[in-house]
Order: sequence, then structure tokens, then C-alpha cells
Amino acid sequence: MSAVTLKNVWKAYGRDVVLERVNLHVKTGEFVTVVGASGCGKTTFLRMLLGEESPTRGELLMDGRPMPGEPGPDRGVVFQKYSVFPHLNALNNVLVAEEFGRARLTGHLFGAARRAARDKAIAMLEAVGLQQALKKYPHELSGGMQQRLAIAQALMKDPRILLLDEPFGALDPGIRKDMHALILDLWKRRGLTIFMVTHDLKEGFYLGTRLLVFDKVRHDPQAPNAYGANITYDIPVGRTEPELLAEIRDQTGLPLATEEN
Amino acid sequence: MKRLINQRPRRAVGYLLGLLPFVLLLLAYMAASAARLAENPNDPLLPSLGTLFDTFWRLATEPSRRTGELVLWVDTAASLTRLGLGVAISMAMGLVVGILAGLIPYAGRTLSPLITAVAMIPPLAVLPILFITFGVGELAKVVLIVFGIAPFIIRDVKQRVEELPTEQLIKAQTLGASTWLIILRVVLPQVVPRLLDATRLALGAAWLFLIASEAIAATEGLGYRIFLVRRFMDMATILPYVVWITLLAFLLDVALRFANRMLFPWYGGRRG
Repeated sequence: MSAVTLKNVWKAYGRDVVLERVNLHVKTGEFVTVVGASGCGKTTFLRMLLGEESPTRGELLMDGRPMPGEPGPDRGVVFQKYSVFPHLNALNNVLVAEEFGRARLTGHLFGAARRAARDKAIAMLEAVGLQQALKKYPHELSGGMQQRLAIAQALMKDPRILLLDEPFGALDPGIRKDMHALILDLWKRRGLTIFMVTHDLKEGFYLGTRLLVFDKVRHDPQAPNAYGANITYDIPVGRTEPELLAEIRDQTGLPLATEEN
Repeated sequence: MKRLINQRPRRAVGYLLGLLPFVLLLLAYMAASAARLAENPNDPLLPSLGTLFDTFWRLATEPSRRTGELVLWVDTAASLTRLGLGVAISMAMGLVVGILAGLIPYAGRTLSPLITAVAMIPPLAVLPILFITFGVGELAKVVLIVFGIAPFIIRDVKQRVEELPTEQLIKAQTLGASTWLIILRVVLPQVVPRLLDATRLALGAAWLFLIASEAIAATEGLGYRIFLVRRFMDMATILPYVVWITLLAFLLDVALRFANRMLFPWYGGRRG
């Protein structure tokens, strides 16, 4: 079953075309990584999946139905930063997801409902390795722990797809490796469909089951914004030859972040 | 020798340096007062510190011969009530209007130009209108304070709402929050500490408007008293009153700052 389908999607802001003729089928359970030079439309692509933006032309479908025009609980998201609520401690940051859905008026659960939600939240925090930090506020957590918290938050709603917008871009290489392990583990165990935008070509190349490269195929030197980007590579799992990596690097001009330990 | 910008006083020295200007001012006043009183012991303009204290004590502890009330406390209660009402109403308006205008595009487009325009009107220029409309009672004074500080607080709250990262609002939506729940659980708690900060800054203006309105029409109040005794050049009353008002303003400021630190432990760390 295809979770997300794009049929001849264009996105333009006025006369500036960002994406053009994008066609894509993503099946449930795929882990799609998206790379591209800055300004190539990969963030726009993610914003369309979120519902923040809608296509100028073409069709964007989720489970065969048009994508809703605003963010909703069927699509979870983790941004590079500001993903968690600074005024809530770790436990409440996750618990609030449950309360948003079930306490439409007061925003707070009480009694048995609260205890059940609390147990669910604690289990989720344990799944991302934050059981020691329940009472900590985000500013007391390291960058990696904040992203773990943001992932736990997003998974509380059991989203159809999980969108990750350069989630590990601000983390140290060692921490990033831990986070890769965590996200792969969650993806396998929970059968998630993941879209991950990344800056780091190597991360994109080795992490997912499928790599999308966004780039402009047509150029007009007189009007650099006249043509939009398209998917120039769509590489399935397992194809990780160094030559291919080098080829994409040359085309996109992206650096290969060297991983240190 | 280090550069001047790198030389820092030690803690104790720092406190002493902070005290120094106050001591110098006090000494200057005492010298000037002594010089004047030496020429004319009944000179009212610069009374001695002893006279100032005696007057203050008398106003605070001895019932007035005319009304039988303790003048200082009656004035303080009247003024603080007006100030508190005005500030509380302004804060409530700031929260409601600021959040609506900052978060909901339709409300923002509707309200923002009005708020900007109202903020431009000098409040004292409309004081006569307020007295004509609301009479010379309490209401006009409270309304003047609201008129003077509510636009500032509203704009500050609105700005804070607009500064909230879009990521947070999107995240809340992906967790299933409605507009109401976003206001209740995401925006409101993050805006209240900023509201207290804005209120602290607005208190100076609130005092200004309070005393201005009391000076024009009142039967009791700190500002009323000062302007009443001005006719007799009664500096022995005016000076202690000014010090008293300053002290009250200072304590209010400290209380608000303390409340912010106690109630919102995450607020200071957020910037770190």
C-alpha cells in the first residue's frame, strides 16, 4: 500500500518555481531520506507533507486521499530545534500529547485517565532512553536528549508517517550515531513510515531504505528561479557503492561529513 | 594595569559603590538644609531629616484632627486600590487581546491597527474626556491607568506570542491540539512570565497616571496629598511621601520579579 503519493506536483511562490514535476510513490514502512543542496526544495517538500504548504499544481495523496491542508496527528514531526515545549518537563512534554487528544476542553486529564496516560508516557520515554530525566525541563537536557524527547512526543500519537527535518544536524557526531541507532530501532519495531530530510549525504545514504536527491535539472542563467527542482536520484535500499555516493556529491555539492568517534 | 573595561569590583565593594551616590545625595541635602535653617529656622523648603521623619511618623500613627483617620494609610490604601485595579485590568486585557492578536491571523488583522492607534494617543490628553465621561470618581482614575498601560502590555504580549517558534505550534498541531488547547497549554503558560515582565516595566507609567489623576480630582490618595500640601509649600510632607511612593514601587517590582522566578523556573533557563 502506498502511504504517500505525489502525482506531477509543482510548487511555486509567485514566479519562483521551487519544485516541478515531482512524481513519487512511498510505501508504508519505508524509511525515505531526502538530500539536496540548500534551496533545492527539500524543506518545501517536507512542509507539503506536513500540510503547512499545499502544491500549486498536481496531487499529493496520503493513503489515497488528498493530504489535509493543515498539520494533524496522522503526521508526526521532529524539527532540528524548538520541537519541545520549554515550559513543560520531559514527562509533561510527552503527556501533553495524550491530553491534547483526549481533554478537548481543559487540556488536562485527571484521576484514572491521567494515571493511564502517565504510564503510557513513561513507557514512551523509556523507549527513547529518557527514563532518568522525567522531571527535567528541556533547557536542562542536552541537545541529543531534547531530540529524544521530541521523538517520544511525536510517537505518542502513532502517526501514519513521521517527518524528520534535519533532526540530528545540530548534534555531535558521536551522539548522532546513537540517535541513528535509536531511530532505526524504533522504525523497525513500530513499522513506521519515515521521511527524513538531511544535510549530511552520508547519513542519507546509509540510514534509510530509500534515498531521494532533489536538484534542479533545468537551469536558466538569466532567471535562476524560473525552474524548480526535481527528484534526480531515487535509490533503493542496498545500493551503497562509493562511486554512486561520489557522483551524487559532485552533482549536489553537498559535503560528506566525516564521522569521528 | 588592566584595561578599565576588564576591572571588576569585588562583591562588597560593588554594594558600597552602589550606596555611594545615595549617601552623597543625602549629605548634600543635609548640608543645604542646615545652611538654610541656620538663616531662618522656620524655612519650609528644606526641612531637617528629623522634621521629615517626625512628620512622616505623625501622618502614619496619629489620627488626623480633621477627619480622625490615619492619613498615610488612608492615602496608601486608596492609591494602591486604584493602581491595583488599573494594573489588573490592563494585565487581563493584555493577555486576552495580546494572545488573540498574536496567534489568530483574523484577530490580528482586525485589532492590531486599533491597538497601534490607541497606543499613540497621549493618555493625559484624554484625561478630561475620562473625567467628563466617567465622572470624577474612582472609575476615571482606573480607566486612565488602563488607557495608559494596557496598549503597551497588549503589544508586548502579542510580540511574545509572535516570537514563539512556528515549530512549536506545528508540533502541537501534529499532537492533535485544537486552537483552544494551543492557547491553553502552549501559548498561555509561555506568555504569563513575559506578562509579569511587561507589567513591571509598565508600573512606572501606571504610577505617573495615578498621581496625575489624583492631583486633579480626588479626596484621598498619595498623589492627592502631595498636591494638596503643595499650596503650603509643606516639603515636610511631600518629601516623605515621595520616598514612600518610591519604596512602594520598588517593593512591587521586587514582588513581581520574585513571583516570576518562583512560578516559572524554566523561564530564566530558556535563554541559556
